[in-house]
Amino acid sequence: MKEFKILAVIVTLVGITYYGIEPYAHHVMHPEVAPADFSFKTLKNVDTTLAGNVENGKVLVEANCIACHAIDAAGYPQMMPNADAAASYGVVPPDLSSAGRIYDKNYLANFIYDPVTAMHLEGKYTPESGKAFPMPAYNWMSPQEIMDIVTYLQSVTPKVTEGKEANKATFEAACGRCHDMKYAGIQATTPKDNLKAYMGATPPDLSQYIKSRGEHYLHSFINDPQVLLHGTSMPRVGLTEKAQEEVIAYMETIGDSKKAERETLGLWVMLYTLIFAILAWLWKRKIWSEVH
Amino acid sequence: MAEFKKADSMLEWFDQRLGVVNFVKVMMTEYWIPKNINFLWAMGVLLTVLFTFLIVSGIFLLMYYKPDVNMAFDSVNYTIMQEVAYGWLFRHIHAVGASVVFLVIYVHMFTGIYYGSYKKGREMIWVSGMLLFVLFSAEGFSGYMLPWGQMSYWAAYVITEIFGGIPFIGDELVVWIRGNFYVSDSTLTRFFMLHVLLIPLAILGAIVFHFYALRFPHVNNEEGEFFDFDEEAEKYLAGNKKESKVVPFWPVFLSKDFFVLGFFMLFFFYLVFFHYNFAMDPVNFDKADGLKTPAHIYPEWYFLWSYEVLRGFFFEIAGVSGKDLGLIAFGIANAIFFVMPWLDRSPMVKPANQRPYFKYWFWFLMADLIVLTVYGKLPPTGANAWVGFASSMTFLVLFAALPFITKAEAKKVGGK
Ligand code: HEM
Repeated sequence: MKEFKILAVIVTLVGITYYGIEPYAHHVMHPEVAPADFSFKTLKNVDTTLAGNVENGKVLVEANCIACHAIDAAGYPQMMPNADAAASYGVVPPDLSSAGRIYDKNYLANFIYDPVTAMHLEGKYTPESGKAFPMPAYNWMSPQEIMDIVTYLQSVTPKVTEGKEANKATFEAACGRCHDMKYAGIQATTPKDNLKAYMGATPPDLSQYIKSRGEHYLHSFINDPQVLLHGTSMPRVGLTEKAQEEVIAYMETIGDSKKAERETLGLWVMLYTLIFAILAWLWKRKIWSEVH
Repeated sequence: MAEFKKADSMLEWFDQRLGVVNFVKVMMTEYWIPKNINFLWAMGVLLTVLFTFLIVSGIFLLMYYKPDVNMAFDSVNYTIMQEVAYGWLFRHIHAVGASVVFLVIYVHMFTGIYYGSYKKGREMIWVSGMLLFVLFSAEGFSGYMLPWGQMSYWAAYVITEIFGGIPFIGDELVVWIRGNFYVSDSTLTRFFMLHVLLIPLAILGAIVFHFYALRFPHVNNEEGEFFDFDEEAEKYLAGNKKESKVVPFWPVFLSKDFFVLGFFMLFFFYLVFFHYNFAMDPVNFDKADGLKTPAHIYPEWYFLWSYEVLRGFFFEIAGVSGKDLGLIAFGIANAIFFVMPWLDRSPMVKPANQRPYFKYWFWFLMADLIVLTVYGKLPPTGANAWVGFASSMTFLVLFAALPFITKAEAKKVGGK
């Protein structure tokens, strides 16, 4: 009994200390932020309830988008190699094949209308900064026309089967123009020098971000970088919740590849140790019964 | 040379040459431990086992680790954690083990303080124990640098910077320790040497010394009772096992230790596999970058209390800068436990709760150390800075008052 009392005292003291230096300190250093918003509610320039017309969308895309963007899935090739594209625009413009799948509909429509606001980069592209985002705002288009484009992009996006390959594709489409993933052999499609000039700093390699930032942080951060890192030049990319989960899953596949092995083995080792502990207890009882 | 008769058994063969029969008696079956002990007396064996885990896992890590600023981070986080079969297991055991070893060291240390196991003949056990504490601290600090993550770098930067406050030689000393003007490749390689060779060797030596120091005064017990070990041993050997106040190290004492060890390892492996962030800080999975200071820099949890004593003094007092005061207080905090046996002026060897004044001192100290540890991690701004100052002062005052408190206690109990 007395030994249980001692154990209780130790557990209490250790528990208080642990609470202070882990959950509590974490809470102080990283205050909770507004929950991720996957419907991008604050963006309301385009009425997304309008039904789009695919045919008309195709016409608009051909007239307005493919001069800079490839849409591989619809047979529009890239106009120039990555290095040249980066030199011309600052960053390689994305291939829009998966745009209809990975970007939220409301986000995508509002992005076409006004990219800078959608990306939440008003702080970077101020009139005083003299910088301009390479893609023009299409705020002269009618909401109907914008929804035609969105509907067209959704119609051409290839179906993907879920799994590691899809996760990888989503990661490359959403993050791969700027970020390396060294542990997966992935290099940003935009050359480093262009990126540095364009972003102000070289975007980090993401190989270990699942460990250094963790799922919880990434969940908010990817949804809207400004919330956690005010003033960052990383844009809000507007992923749907599902696409974001795929990105995070991929980061875990690469950054914490032994997770499954760790968790299975952990249970076996603990079971083994439990058996050892019980045997040791029985042996101790036998031995001590002779001396007590 | 003595005449050797032909041995009848393998045991005899070895006994003739190495005296194994006697050796086992002296070290195990007739090494006497008081019977009146609780599970807190298993901490030493837990530490020995954890240290073994650290050495073995460390040896495996050493096969793939690369002590070079350009390769260290990836050799740990890619090669060891993801490529080598079970490399991650060795890293987790090593990192979590290094953290948990301090938890057990603190339990072991404060058990010693609680039961007064550092005085009346046990001074050298205590001093050798403190030596181990210092060596383990150096081992923990040097090891933390090796993965070359952001916290490795900045903790190394901040801690080595501390030595710059030492009068006259400070600046040169910092350069001497780092091997450069800033934390760099030469810092990494020398800390690597310290971590894998010099300090482990010193620890092994200190453990042997610690065990040897236990031999003559014998281990203390739950009531702080003094008795004649030879007499009690005779009783035991004569078969009066129940009556005797002692038990042999093997198998009786160790059977209890194995039992405690078993349940402890269950907890340990839970941490290793499922709950390791406290020992492997997420910030350290960002590669070291000398141009990018992290928002919060803090040492490993087991250094937080002394780190807070360092930070606690943040303003000038009587013309001495806060920085210097902090450094002095930090120096005292790290050395003061060594002289515990001489600060405690009461001859009483009893559990703290049976000592009229010491008990308050003990629990005050515990509370203060917890406050220091928690605030050592929090950003030192606003009210936090003042809590840090108050708890640092409390720490110093507690130790300054100890001789007087215990002297008064000795008087009260009349030298018992
Ligand atoms: C980290 C390495 C250490 C190891 C492997 C170790 C091992 C041991 C062992 C096996 C014992 C015998 C029984 C028991 O566990 O109580 C012991 C006793 C003791 N140790 Fe340690 N120890 C270590 C560190 C320390 C430290 C840091 C201190 C305190 C400064 C310390 C102070 C003592 C004292 C006072 C005793 C005597 C306990 C008594 O008489 O009841 N040891 N140690």
